[in-house]
Amino acid sequence: MVQVATNETEIALNNACQTPQEEDIRPTGITETFDPMGGPTGSPAMHWLPRGQSALWLIGAFIIALMVAAPIIAVAWIALFPTENIWPHLASTMLPRYLKNTGVLMLGVGVGVTLMGVSSAWVVTMCQLPGKRFFEWAMLLPMAVPAYIVAYVYTDLLEYAGPFQGMLRNLFGWQSAADYWFPDIRTKGGAILVLSLTLYPYVYMLARAAFLSQSICALEAARILGRSSWSAFFTVALPLARPAIVVGVVIALMETLNDFGTIDFFAVHTLTAGIFNVWLGMGNAGGAAQIALTMLAVVIALMVIERYSRRRQRFHDTTSRFQELPGYELAPMAKAGALAICILPIVLGFVIPSLVLIYYSIGYFDQSWTADFFEFAGNSLLVSGLATLVAVGCAIFMAYALRLFPRPLLKFFVRLSSVGYAVPGAVLAIGVLIPFARFDNALDAVMRDMFGVSTGLLLSGTVFALVFAYAVRFMAVSYGSIEAALGKVRPSMDDAARTLGESPWGTLKRIHFPMVRGGILAAAVLVFVDGMKELPATLILRPFNFDTLATHVYQFAKDEMIEQAALGALTIVLVGVVPVIMLSRAISKSRPGHGGQS
Amino acid sequence: MISLRKTVLGLVVSAMGLSMGQAALAAEEVNVYSLRQSFLIEPMFKRFTEETGIRVNTLFSQSGLVERIKHEGRNTPADLLLTVDIGRIQDAVDADIAQPIESAVLDANIPDQFRDENKLWVGMTTRARVLYTSLDRVAPDAITTYEDLADPKWKGRICVRSAMHVYNIALIASMIAHHGEEETKTWLIGLKDNLARKPQGADIDQIEAVSQGVCDVAIGNSYYYGKMLDDPNKADAAKQVRIVFPNQGDRGTHVNISGVALMKYAPNKENALKLVEFLSSAEAQHMYADINFEYPVKPGVAWSERVRSWGTFVHDDLPLNTVAANRSAAIRLIDEVGFNE
Repeated sequence: MVQVATNETEIALNNACQTPQEEDIRPTGITETFDPMGGPTGSPAMHWLPRGQSALWLIGAFIIALMVAAPIIAVAWIALFPTENIWPHLASTMLPRYLKNTGVLMLGVGVGVTLMGVSSAWVVTMCQLPGKRFFEWAMLLPMAVPAYIVAYVYTDLLEYAGPFQGMLRNLFGWQSAADYWFPDIRTKGGAILVLSLTLYPYVYMLARAAFLSQSICALEAARILGRSSWSAFFTVALPLARPAIVVGVVIALMETLNDFGTIDFFAVHTLTAGIFNVWLGMGNAGGAAQIALTMLAVVIALMVIERYSRRRQRFHDTTSRFQELPGYELAPMAKAGALAICILPIVLGFVIPSLVLIYYSIGYFDQSWTADFFEFAGNSLLVSGLATLVAVGCAIFMAYALRLFPRPLLKFFVRLSSVGYAVPGAVLAIGVLIPFARFDNALDAVMRDMFGVSTGLLLSGTVFALVFAYAVRFMAVSYGSIEAALGKVRPSMDDAARTLGESPWGTLKRIHFPMVRGGILAAAVLVFVDGMKELPATLILRPFNFDTLATHVYQFAKDEMIEQAALGALTIVLVGVVPVIMLSRAISKSRPGHGGQS
Repeated sequence: MISLRKTVLGLVVSAMGLSMGQAALAAEEVNVYSLRQSFLIEPMFKRFTEETGIRVNTLFSQSGLVERIKHEGRNTPADLLLTVDIGRIQDAVDADIAQPIESAVLDANIPDQFRDENKLWVGMTTRARVLYTSLDRVAPDAITTYEDLADPKWKGRICVRSAMHVYNIALIASMIAHHGEEETKTWLIGLKDNLARKPQGADIDQIEAVSQGVCDVAIGNSYYYGKMLDDPNKADAAKQVRIVFPNQGDRGTHVNISGVALMKYAPNKENALKLVEFLSSAEAQHMYADINFEYPVKPGVAWSERVRSWGTFVHDDLPLNTVAANRSAAIRLIDEVGFNE
C-alpha cells in the first residue's frame, strides 16, 4: 500500500497496510532496471537497438531529443566561438558580482516558493478548511500573472508617490521622504517577494499532485508507530513528495534565473541582466551566450546535486488501494493559520495586481479596446495551444522511451533537451534561429542549383518556428512533471502488462495514461500558461505584423505606459486563469482510486 | 476525446492558414525590422502607404534582430533595420548586413553629421540627452554641464537609469571622446557618489523621482518630457521640472539618433529606398517632431510647438561614429566603477 521512500520505512509501511494479494515481490527500495525486451539477447549491437515497434521508440526519442537540444547546442556553439572574445573581461569584472546577486536571489526565491507552495499544498490537500474546494484551484491563480506586471503594480502602489505612502503621510502628517523610513520595493528583497509570489504555484501544483497520489496508509502507519502529525509530515509525506517538490522548485529557480522583466525593473544585477548588458550594450551575442552557459552550469550543478542526494531511492506506488483523504480537523488557531497560508499568496499575487489592472483598464479603455485586440488574443491562444501539444507530446514520448530503454546516451540528450528553460528566452531564440536558418538556406541553395527555384525561408520566421521555440523553452516544465508522474508508476505494472502481451504503445495507452493523467494535465497547464506569458523569444522569432498579447503589452510597458496596456495584461491573466481552473479540477479527480475516473 | 481532436485539428489548420497568408503577400511591400516599438512609427508608415500604395510590414524587437538578419542570410525578408541609437546601428554595420544607401534625396535632406561616411546608415531624428531639474529646489543656472554632475555639491541629489542602457553608454562614450578614459572614470565615480538611489527604472521614472523629492536632478532623453506632458497622469510631475540643455557654453548637448540601415540582401530595395526618402521628407520629419517629440534631422523643418517651447540649443557635433567606437571603453568603465551597484 505503499510508496517506498527508503528501505527502512518500507518494512514498517508494508506491515501496516499490506494485504496478501497486493504483495509486491519486487525488491523495492532499489528497483532493478526494467528491460522490456527481457530474456537473453544477441550481440551487444543487437542489444542496443531492439527490433520492431520498440526500435521506433528508441529512434524516435533520439530524434526528438536531438531536435530539442539543437538550439541549446547552438547557444553553446556561439559561446565557444564568439566573433569577439570578451570572456576575460567578463570573468574579471562582472561575473563575480552577477553570480553573487543571482545566488542570493535564487536562494531567496527557493526558500520562498518552497515555504508557500508546500505548506499551502499540504493544508489544502489534507486539512478540513472552509472554502477548501475554492482554494484547491485558486492557489494557482498567481501563476497567470506575468511577474513583471506584478513588479510594476507593486512599485506603483508602494513607491513614494503611490497611494499607500500617500495614505501614511496623510495619517501621520509627514511632509517629505526625509520624515520617515519606508522599505524600497525596488531591491533584491522586493524581487524575491515578487518572484516568489508568482512562482510558488509551480511548487504548489506539483506538491499537491504528489500529496494526492500518496497512499494515506503510509501516513497512518507513521502515526500508529508513534509519530506526531508534524513528524509524520516531515519524515513520511515530505520525503515521499520530494521528487515532485524538487521539480517544482527547480522550475521556479530556472524561471528566476531567466527572468529579465522583474530584475530589470528592480535593478537587480543578475546573470540575465549581465547577458542583456553584454548583448545590447556591447552588441556581443557571443559574450551573452557565454554568460548563458555559465547559468546553465549553475542549473545543471543544482540538478546533479539533487539527484545525487537521492540516488539510492525510488518512489513508486506499490499498491492500487487508496482511501479517502482524512481531512484533518484543525484547532481554531491552527485553522486561522492554515487559512492565512492559503489566502495571503492569492491576495498578494493575484487579487491586488488584478484589481489594479482592472482600474487602469477602465481608465484607458477607449485607447486599448481596438479591433487588433482579438487578433492578438487569437495569436496568443494559437501559439500557446500548439506549443502545449508539441511540448507535452514530445515529453511523454521521451519519458516513456527512456523508461523502456534507459540508455545513458539517450538519457544525456533528454536531459540536455530539458535545460532550455534556464536559458533566457532571447538567447534561446538565437539558438532556435541558427539551425532553422541553416536548414532553410541549405535547402534553398540545393533547390536553386538543381531546379533554379528559390524556396526562400521555409521555416524561419513562421508560426512553426515560434511553436518550436516555445516547445524547446518549456520542455523542462512538461518533461519534469511527466517524468515525475511516470516515475511513480511501479515497474511491475509494465512487467505485468508486457507479460500479458501488450505492446509498449498499448502499455502506455492503457496502463500509464490513466495513471499519470494528473501529471500530464499539470504539464499541459504549465506549458500553456507559460506560453501565454512568453515574450523574448516571441519578439525575436515571430513573423511580420504578428503580435501576441504579451508582445503587445510589452511595447507599452517598456516605456512605462502600462496603463495603456493594462487591458492586454488583464486578458493574459484571464485567458490563463480558465485552463488553470479547468485542469486543476481534472487533477483533483486524477487521484488514483479517488472516484472521478471517467 | 473528440473535442480534443477537434481542438488539435483547429489549431493546426489555423497555423497553416497563417503561414499561407504570409506567403501569399506578394504585392508591393517593404519589410522593416525595428528596434523601436511599432506604434511609434506606424503613423509615418500609414502615411507612406497612403501616398505610394506600398504596404509596410513591421517586426519589432528590442534584441536579436541583427542576429536574425545575419543568420537568415541572403534569403532574409528584411529590407530595412530601424534603431533607436547609434550603437545598435553600428552593430548592424559591424555584422556586415548593411549596404550603402545611394540616394540623391537623402544627400540633400540629411546633414553629414547624421550620416555614415560610407552611407551604411542614416539618421532619421535626433534626441538630446538633457538634464531635468526641480523647479523648487534648484536654481535655473545651478547646473549647466554634464561635468557638473560629478560636483560634490550634488551629493545624494541625482537620479539616472542604469548606466548600461544604450542612451547612457552613448553619453559616457562621448565623454570619453572629449576627456579621455582616465578623466571620464573620475567623473563617473563622482557621479555615482552623487546618486540619490541605485540606478533603476527608465527615463520617465527619473523625472517622476524629481517631482517626488527623491532627487533634484535627473538625466533623460528630451522626448520623454513631451510624452509626459501628453499623459494626464504624468503631466503634473512633468510640470514640476525644467529641461536643461547641458554644455551650451562649450561643445553643446550630447545627441543620439534614431537611424535606419538598408539590408545587404533587401528583397524590395526600390521600395525600401522610397520609404527612407519619405521618412526624410519634410512631411514625415514634421510628424516625428509632432507625434514623438523628437528633433528632425532635415534642416528647416518646423518643430512642433511643444518641442519649440523647450528652446533651441547647440548640439555636440562629435561624429556619431566616434561615439560608437568608444562604446566598449564606456562599458568597461561602467563595470570597473560598479556604477549600477
